Amino acid sequence: MAHRPLVVCAILAFTAGLVIASFAGFREFLPGLLEGALVTVEITLGGSVLAVICAFVAALSKMFGPWPIRGLAVVYIEIFRGTSALVQLFWLFFVLPRFGITLEPLTVAILALGLNVGAYGAEVVRGAVSAVSRGQWEATVALNMSRAQALRRIVLPQALVPMIPPWGNLFIELLKTTALVSLITISDLAFKAQEMNATTYRTVEIFSIVLVFYLAVAVLITVAMRSLERFAARGLARGPAQ
Amino acid sequence: MSIDASPANSPSNEFSGPMVRFDKVRKSYGSLVVLDNLDLEIARGEKVAIIGPSGSGKTTVLRMLMTLERIDRGVIFVDGEPLTSMNRNDELVPADAKHLRRMRGKIGMVFQHFNLFPHMSALKNCMEAPRTVLGLSKIEAEARGRELLSMVGLGDKLDHYPSQLSGGQQQRVAIARALAMRPKVMLFDEVTSALDPELVGEVLSVIRKLGADLDLTMLMVTHQMGFAKEFADRVCFFYGGRICEQGPPEKIFVAPENERTRQFLRACLEAT
Amino acid sequence: MKFWDWKFTFEILPLLAKAALVTLEATLIGFVVAAILGLAFAIGRMFGPKWLAVPLAGFIEFIRSTPLLIQIFFIYFVFPEFGVSIEAMTAGVLALGLHYATYCSEVYRAGLANIPRGQWEASIALNMSPFHVFRDVIIPQAIPPIVPALGNYLVALFKDTPLLSAIAVLELMQTAKIIGSENFRYTEPITLVGLIFLIFSLIAAAVVRLVEAWLRRRIIHS
Ligand SMILES: Nc1ncnc2c1ncn2[C@@H]1O[C@H](COP(=O)(O)OP(=O)(O)OP(=O)(O)O)[C@@H](O)[C@H]1O
Ligand SMILES: [Mg+2]
Repeated sequence: MAHRPLVVCAILAFTAGLVIASFAGFREFLPGLLEGALVTVEITLGGSVLAVICAFVAALSKMFGPWPIRGLAVVYIEIFRGTSALVQLFWLFFVLPRFGITLEPLTVAILALGLNVGAYGAEVVRGAVSAVSRGQWEATVALNMSRAQALRRIVLPQALVPMIPPWGNLFIELLKTTALVSLITISDLAFKAQEMNATTYRTVEIFSIVLVFYLAVAVLITVAMRSLERFAARGLARGPAQ
Repeated sequence: MSIDASPANSPSNEFSGPMVRFDKVRKSYGSLVVLDNLDLEIARGEKVAIIGPSGSGKTTVLRMLMTLERIDRGVIFVDGEPLTSMNRNDELVPADAKHLRRMRGKIGMVFQHFNLFPHMSALKNCMEAPRTVLGLSKIEAEARGRELLSMVGLGDKLDHYPSQLSGGQQQRVAIARALAMRPKVMLFDEVTSALDPELVGEVLSVIRKLGADLDLTMLMVTHQMGFAKEFADRVCFFYGGRICEQGPPEKIFVAPENERTRQFLRACLEAT
Repeated sequence: MKFWDWKFTFEILPLLAKAALVTLEATLIGFVVAAILGLAFAIGRMFGPKWLAVPLAGFIEFIRSTPLLIQIFFIYFVFPEFGVSIEAMTAGVLALGLHYATYCSEVYRAGLANIPRGQWEASIALNMSPFHVFRDVIIPQAIPPIVPALGNYLVALFKDTPLLSAIAVLELMQTAKIIGSENFRYTEPITLVGLIFLIFSLIAAAVVRLVEAWLRRRIIHS
């Protein structure tokens, strides 16, 4: 993903948004939007943590688990990648209570987004782990390490760095998907936008500002993941590959 | 310099037969039979060089011994015990994980392409398995790693990462890393073929030193005929998945009996 | 109350089947928009003058980094502000097409970048007009290798069509919600919608893999 256009466009859009907002008497709707923004950030963070956990568990189960666990992991990945995030959200929201499980809407939101992005993340983890060369595995056998030791000490550390950029993209996808939680009555940014739109009719201003906010968080995620990648790469071998 | 190379797990009443024995071992990939009815015995402390044309199954022999390849038929004995199978109620059954790990502890391997861990320094490469597998303390593992790295002449490169080392240096780290596990048998698979010609010497002289200082059984696949001639106790010439001819280097290199051996050696001579 | 009611299931299936047609319609039209607009974006960004390429790159990043749902609202609510009435379905399909056009443009860019320089130079040597270079030389070579990637975005777009329920387009999800609220039973309609999506996605994924394998064989043979 090109970095510079993103930043340039963020700055331009943000300024434009502020100009529009100041003309429009933004005091009417800005506090409400900020409240919603907080909820959006909260769900993004919670969902991301859950997604990473789900992805690693599912990917490692699919690759190394005994067959019943492997089967479960495959079913999880296929179902959550094969259906739509909104369907999953509604299913957890409306159908889970029929199993006697009633959760807070916020919990449902984090659960649905984490499970959804985790399924995509599982493929990222799997790809990165299988990209570690066979020679590395063979060296661990020759050194009499167990498979768990090999995975934990040798293979996963090498798989982590190449995983970071695709995870950055997934976190941005997750951020974008949080807008759907407004449809199960959570007062996130998208929900507040509609609410404010219905009361103030400042459609253009409100939705522009909201879009710019999402963009700003996306840029933040990109920048954070870039630094994380640079930091993590320092511990790994640099220069020409052996 | 004194290196204690006696394996940590050596029992007091050691099995005194051959260190390694292939008994009618067969290996195929699909319909391609790579090794057919291989019989091979290697005595304790013996240094065996394996030579032969490309595709003759040399690497496969070492990889089977390292349990990196499954065998179709036959048994490999290491130190008197079957390698990938075990006795249960007087019956040979496939080995469980515990047996495999115990047997692998007797064997070390150095690879053609080094396979060093790129995210660990030279010293950490040598400390990892002694700590996680042998359960050595950090201090013990570090002392062992330092000692071995200075033995291979890399005492000043402890904190270098593999990408910061030359091919020859990387290969010497790989040798030290394998030795740190105190194996009884060391396998070398064309350990100099991925190196620039001027780096071959430093690795061979390390192997020469191991042969002189340590009581190791060594099995090496090599294209360095000169080295095989001077270093090995025995040379095995592989051809088409069989040992076509074997014997002391003086005999194989000076007066080979088999026509194929003669052809192969002539071709090697012409190439250099 | 039973957990799963088969009679109810069979009652609502025809309704959902009809709604599935709307979903498919939105998917196909949306993807046509995405494919054509995406190609225009890619060409504009790669070969356009700087004053066009740079803002276009920013615009593409902007659309890619912000939620589709808000974009749907934006188009649906903003057009009437300027006195242009727009149907929900049209607004939704436009938003879907625009959103996925930005994804497609990245795919096209990769495909175009993979065309060897020699092809451009040969076309110039033959004195072809830029239009003909694109139409007859570049596009026919650039498209086939990226068909699987485009196919994946077609599936992704399909899975995003339930978002149109937010502006009351009567596609699968909206129909399921209406059935649910009328009968106070959400289990069957929502699970069925999930199953329909799963089946379509699995079939589509299999087709994409087949096309991929076919393309690989064709490229190897030529
Ligand atoms: N994983 C595999 N799958 C299929 N065939 C294999 C595999 N590994 C090796 N072979 C085949 O087995 C035969 C023996 O291979 P091996 O690597 O043991 O040869 P080699 O004697 O070491 O040759 P070289 O001198 O080129 O290293 C070759 O014909 C090779 O193509
Ligand atoms: Mg070989």
